[in-house]
Amino acid sequence: MTKISDLFTSFFKIGILTYGGGLAMLPILKREIVEHRQWTTEEELLDVYAISQCTPGIIAVNTATYIGYKERGIAGGIFATLGVILPSLVIICLVASVLRQFMENEILLHALAGVRIVVCALMLNTVVTMTKKGVKDTLGIFLFLAAFLLATFSPIPIVVLILSAAVIGIFSQKLPKTKSTNGGSEK
Amino acid sequence: MIYLTLFYEFFKIGLFAVGGGIATLPFLMDLTDKYDWYTASELTNMIAISESTPGPVGINMATYAGYQAAGIGGAIVATVSLVLPALIIIVIVARFMKKFYDNSTVQAAFYGIRPAVAAAIAFAVWGLCEITLLGKDSTGYHPLWINIVICAAIFGLMQFKKLRKLHPLWWMIAGAVLGIALQL
Repeated sequence: MTKISDLFTSFFKIGILTYGGGLAMLPILKREIVEHRQWTTEEELLDVYAISQCTPGIIAVNTATYIGYKERGIAGGIFATLGVILPSLVIICLVASVLRQFMENEILLHALAGVRIVVCALMLNTVVTMTKKGVKDTLGIFLFLAAFLLATFSPIPIVVLILSAAVIGIFSQKLPKTKSTNGGSEK
Repeated sequence: MIYLTLFYEFFKIGLFAVGGGIATLPFLMDLTDKYDWYTASELTNMIAISESTPGPVGINMATYAGYQAAGIGGAIVATVSLVLPALIIIVIVARFMKKFYDNSTVQAAFYGIRPAVAAAIAFAVWGLCEITLLGKDSTGYHPLWINIVICAAIFGLMQFKKLRKLHPLWWMIAGAVLGIALQL
């Protein structure tokens, strides 16, 4: 029987080794969970991954919860999840407090100003990739534009926009011409 | 009570941010209007740090936002609240996960959600660019042409196949060096 402490340490390790998240995490997960611990098969890991992209929450957390729960029930799910978030908590709090102390430093301010430009470029790039993957036909383009315009010019909360899009998605399925798109997006 | 506010906001983010870490961005951007925990410009710094330190980006950003709001206690509350909905949902659907995912209604819902999430992220990114590139403040827009040129150049470089796989950290180091050299 899998020990809860093993779940915790394995996912702690995964949390530390994860850089960025999403697909970048897959090789690390595979090595630790499939090859080392043999808690699951590669096939199942890919399934969990695909499902995680479609359920709310951070993919790393969803995977940790699922594997932990499968191995040791609710306590397993909780401890695997705690393991995966602990490195972030420690590292980010450290970096944030150090950064706060040096916020007056000229060089750091210039460096951050440069980094912010890079973040804009990176995020624009992410938007392009996500749009390519998520927007596949006329209805997709319509939903994208409608959501973007409503987010920009109306006070409707994002949550309402996303829920409405889900409802439209469900109804569109009833229209005869809609092609079914299998969740082929990877990120 | 700030911890309750943090719990409410981050539980909501955890429940509605579908598609991984970066889907939390529109919600984090939203918080800049509602509370004075951090500004949109600080949020850009937070993204940079979250992308270049270990740990999943979504968790890092939530921890950072919580820390900005209420120190270490805030960081813990925000992070735990963010993961709680996923924990509950996965425990409920774990048993019939495959069936749930293959269900045509669920598929159809996500077919609608994906473009909306992409739009919400695009909207949030536009908000970041307005500040960093177009110099938006309370008095209006003051375009920062050097920033626009650098951003366009980096975005262009990212489109090359060989550079596409480069880790974000390297781009950020390049940005930091440029920022110091050009006194941005």
